[in-house]
Amino acid sequence: MKALAAFWRRFRQNRPAVGGAVVLALVVLVAAGGPALYGVDPFDMVGRPFQPPFSGSPWLGTDVSGRDILAGLVHGASVSLAIGLIATLAATALGVTFGALAGYHGGWIDEVLMRITDFFLTIPSFVLAVVLVAIFSPTTASVTAAIAIVSWPSVARLVRGEFITQRSREYVQACHAMGMRDREIIFLQILPNALPPVVVVASLMVATAILTESGLSFLGLSDPNVVSWGYMIGVARSSLRTAWWMVAIPGVAIVITVLAINLVGEGLNDALNPRLKQR
Amino acid sequence: MSALLELRGMSVEFLTSQGVLRAVDGLSFSVEAGETVALVGESGCGKSTAALALLRLIPSPPGRISAGQVLFDGRDLLALPDADMRAVRGGEIAMVFQDPAMYLNPVHTIGRQIGEVLRLHKGLGREAAQREAVELLGLVGVPAPAERVREYPHNLSGGMRQRVMIAMALACRPRLLIADEPTTALDVTVQAQVLELIRELKQRFGMAVLLITHDLGVVAETADRVVVMYAGRKVEEGPVAELFRDPRHPYTRGLTEAASWNLRGDGTFAEIAGTVPSPLALPPGCSFAPRCGRAIGRCRTERPVSVEFSARRNAECFLAGAAP
Repeated sequence: MKALAAFWRRFRQNRPAVGGAVVLALVVLVAAGGPALYGVDPFDMVGRPFQPPFSGSPWLGTDVSGRDILAGLVHGASVSLAIGLIATLAATALGVTFGALAGYHGGWIDEVLMRITDFFLTIPSFVLAVVLVAIFSPTTASVTAAIAIVSWPSVARLVRGEFITQRSREYVQACHAMGMRDREIIFLQILPNALPPVVVVASLMVATAILTESGLSFLGLSDPNVVSWGYMIGVARSSLRTAWWMVAIPGVAIVITVLAINLVGEGLNDALNPRLKQR
Repeated sequence: MSALLELRGMSVEFLTSQGVLRAVDGLSFSVEAGETVALVGESGCGKSTAALALLRLIPSPPGRISAGQVLFDGRDLLALPDADMRAVRGGEIAMVFQDPAMYLNPVHTIGRQIGEVLRLHKGLGREAAQREAVELLGLVGVPAPAERVREYPHNLSGGMRQRVMIAMALACRPRLLIADEPTTALDVTVQAQVLELIRELKQRFGMAVLLITHDLGVVAETADRVVVMYAGRKVEEGPVAELFRDPRHPYTRGLTEAASWNLRGDGTFAEIAGTVPSPLALPPGCSFAPRCGRAIGRCRTERPVSVEFSARRNAECFLAGAAP
């Protein structure tokens, strides 16, 4: 608990990070409570298409099919965040497992696992995501899975490095001398020591995942039954020159959210990085 | 009576880029139940490696135990299945290390770390383990144990951390405690306290202790018997008083003279000239011959065999039988 308090003290001193956290909290609030407060169905046609924002009701205007842009924004928040979070959790779990086993055991296990990791690292991640979603037809689940699959190798590399330095530390030897199993040493003893940089990378990965999802949606590779911010951009891109706000509004939402997450991630890095603790 | 622990000709080798390095060469000695045996030698002589090897804690590769047997209570530890070996480690043979600051996990409370041993070997639940951790901390003389269990290692002083390590080692009432330089990293005043604690707990629980040290003062105070190692080999063995009074190996003699702090005629302290040979380039005969003032021609070409004076009193030197 003391460590947590010290962490919070360091994090609080970082103004941009606190700002990012506040913005992020607002986005999460909108995602969680918005649909209940603003109950307009984002797929309903509520008025004439191509209404510019602030020209009457609905507030932020309508899109190419006369759907409420504000409703799309509110409902899309939860979808974009959920895809970002779940993809990140899955990628982190996979990357931690691969990296921990490879770094801890070394030898041929390391060789095999790292060659698999390298295979994924050499393929341009966005292209791979496009191919995966295209093969498995775009649904929320397949998009999330594709993002996770292209994101885990960097975590695996990072965790492997941490484990290689930690596994020869004395406390690990003491654990062996106490008769602990490898599994217990990996997940209960070493992992907590290796976690701070993983937390930072994972927080930044949420932002990347949201961007990747938007990119896929922009190319039309998103679940047609669910509104996400990327989907809104994808639908509006054909009329970019006549009704720029249709792309700009969800675009700004993405930029703000991704920026907020990055600021929080940087703040976590500064607060968790042992080399910067003295400041 | 058969010994609690008996090493029979154990050799440990490491594969390095320069070739095979034999860190421990044909080491044999035994520890009786309830006895304290000191393993003495200078840094790099293989004493810690021997201790880790008998618990099969040498990372492999690059290390391996290339020969010998380690009998613990009649069972050969080197032939034991992994699961049984884990039960021995921390359960029947526990280890205390040199620098407690490094050997405790920084992210867990000390209560949790002591409790982990109990859960592992005794199958205790979290709460029962925590209760017993408090009791153990009290036993090793940590003040206010009920509060201290929630502390992290970095909140404790060096002496307190070593007490925590000892509490972890004692958690399952092992029959053998291996203490690898348990006081080297501590202040002199704390050293005496920790040694006293080990002695007291040894008496109380009837443990045997294998004490690894280079401090002959600690040996004289705590050990019953001494095994002296040089360059991976046992060079002399004997009861502590006899070995100090009448060392038979020139290396042991050099050590005891150096430790006596008596000024020689020319106003300098006694020392052993030269340095330990590299384990990759050992001399063909006796490893100590290049530094030995009494070496004869034979010492440089032929390895001396161990001379037995009585049971567990021996020295590996051609001149061991001759008068000093």
